[in-house]
Amino acid sequence: MDRLPKWADVVLVPLVSLILAAAISAIVIKAIGQSPSEALKVMVEGSLMSAYGWGYTLYYTTSFIFTGLAVTIAFHAGMFNIGGEGQAQIGGLGVALACLFIPWPHWSIALLAASLAAAAFGAVWAAVPAYLAAKRGSHIVITTIMFNYIAAALIVYLLVDVLRPAGQMDPATANFPAATDLPTLNQIPILNLFFEKKVPANITLFIALAAAWAVWLILWRTRLGYQLRAFGKSEAAARYAGINPTKMIMVSMILSGALAGLMSVNNVMGEAGRLLQNSSEGAGFIGIAVALMGRNHPVGVVLAAILFGFLYQGGAELGLWTSIPIELRIVVQGLVILFTGALDIMVRMMLVRIFALFHKAQVA
Amino acid sequence: MDYATLLQILDSTLRLGTPLLFACLAGLFSERAGIFDIGLEGKMLMAAMCSGAVAFLTGSVWLGLLAGIAGSMVFAALHGVASITFRGNQLISGVALNFLASGVTVLVAQRLFGQGGRTPPLAGDARFNEITLPLTEALRPVPILGPLYADVISGHALLVYVAILCVPLTWWVLYRTRFGLRLRAVGENPAAVDTAGVSVKGLRFAAVAITGLLCGLAGAYMATALQAGFGREMTAGRGYIALAALIFAKWRPWQALGACMLFGFFQALALRPDVVTAVVQVKIPVPFLDALPYILTVLVLAGFVGKAIPPRAGGEPYVKER
Repeated sequence: MDRLPKWADVVLVPLVSLILAAAISAIVIKAIGQSPSEALKVMVEGSLMSAYGWGYTLYYTTSFIFTGLAVTIAFHAGMFNIGGEGQAQIGGLGVALACLFIPWPHWSIALLAASLAAAAFGAVWAAVPAYLAAKRGSHIVITTIMFNYIAAALIVYLLVDVLRPAGQMDPATANFPAATDLPTLNQIPILNLFFEKKVPANITLFIALAAAWAVWLILWRTRLGYQLRAFGKSEAAARYAGINPTKMIMVSMILSGALAGLMSVNNVMGEAGRLLQNSSEGAGFIGIAVALMGRNHPVGVVLAAILFGFLYQGGAELGLWTSIPIELRIVVQGLVILFTGALDIMVRMMLVRIFALFHKAQVA
Repeated sequence: MDYATLLQILDSTLRLGTPLLFACLAGLFSERAGIFDIGLEGKMLMAAMCSGAVAFLTGSVWLGLLAGIAGSMVFAALHGVASITFRGNQLISGVALNFLASGVTVLVAQRLFGQGGRTPPLAGDARFNEITLPLTEALRPVPILGPLYADVISGHALLVYVAILCVPLTWWVLYRTRFGLRLRAVGENPAAVDTAGVSVKGLRFAAVAITGLLCGLAGAYMATALQAGFGREMTAGRGYIALAALIFAKWRPWQALGACMLFGFFQALALRPDVVTAVVQVKIPVPFLDALPYILTVLVLAGFVGKAIPPRAGGEPYVKER
């Protein structure tokens, strides 16, 4: 197969995948008797045409940046971490414990502590499958899937039997103290000129952007990042170069779990103000789509996270204003993963043919 | 715990183990041919929706069953195209198809019936009803074995017996037919099969089609026998439990039966926490029972309960030498 120019590989492949996913989604909408153009209009209006809509879009974006980065950093080391969902929920447990049991004087200190707790809890939940993969040769994908279910069961147990305040019916922790409330974008100077109403997007967005920069720095500007990428490209070559495989598996998965755990600062601390069942609501899985769409680069991840933020907020609007079920967004998510992750060779083959045609036309 | 309670739990074990067994054997064919399939869940869900919807619309459970198999086969074909034809990442393809199924089933059911993504309840000929095996009442007075026969072995939907029969059938196909030999070979060393002049792609597509068929049976059983109709996300992770059972069984059919019934037993226990508490004298949290199959799988994968070695060429797309 001929090679594509680099710009085409970086820009066109995800773009064509996205167009294919959008086209099939449009067919699905048509098939259930709705209008695709109407649906798109509702989605754009509800998520991008008002500051309020952006407040929600950016809230989802924040979570997706974290989980997308989590998948990305593991991918570079050749690990497919499908356990972001469980790591995020356990990270939420860390946030809840940090917020509930220590009386923080100010939100900024609480934010720091909760972030550390979220990252640590998420990292531990990823470290166990990583250790089993490195030392006992278990398959990382299956183990991390299993850990998603174990995490969900553990959270249910803790919320029902341990952390639920006496007399409360729904399985959730008590509300966090007011001192742990994070400033939302409408409370931050300058930004509040744009966001007038209260929105869920909060200061965690900037932590997410900082995390994206940090992941870029680690992967492409440090010795560790070089080792991780070398290990991901060829384990045998990396081993020959004296890179310790156990360390690479552990480090990549711990960083990945910490990033997935960090997303819980956004939803558990920034939005809900208490830990609920299934707090991450599938964001851990969306990280897979975000990482694939973003070509496993932090810049791409941020852009793809905005796209999925739009999809999630727009999808919620569809559920509210049209009779298209909210599940449409899961369909789009599945299609994006399919085209960018599993059928990427097909997309590339298509592009190579088209480029060859152009080339021929130029020569002739 | 008295004998009657035990029989009750064993009865639910068989009932709950059946979809796991179908899905587990489905995964066995695919993975033995070298195609990882974490999309068992999605195929089951798709089959459950198709069979529930068609069984309700036509009033015939048999047409429902066919529709379920067809729905599952479409997804199997997609997985085949992505992972065999286009040599894509099999794990990612499985994940993608699971999401696709999760969304599409609700969209279609909502469009057809407008009941929040469910199908209307099925009754009569639109369901697989319980079959009473011959001589049930005549043998009931026999101590111990009589009630066992009458309450546990007899009185299930037809598909339960089909699932059990699939176990020796799978064993026979895998170990006693030419097709089975080639199927196993293509999962271990596709280049050797190719050299022998047998199509690697053809064999793998055949395996993936069998996977689709068996997942179709699993999903149809869920919607038309275990429960009366399709509900959103009704498979609830059973595809993954089946995958766990497959690893636990080390990709062998008889062991798959054992593993699925063990995991079915855990599910049956999770429905009766009162019995568990009475037996072990300590209150065991229900979530722990729910998580037990997953915890066991992790232990097996880690090699603490015997090492599980997957087919050697699993997950690797085959590139024919040019």
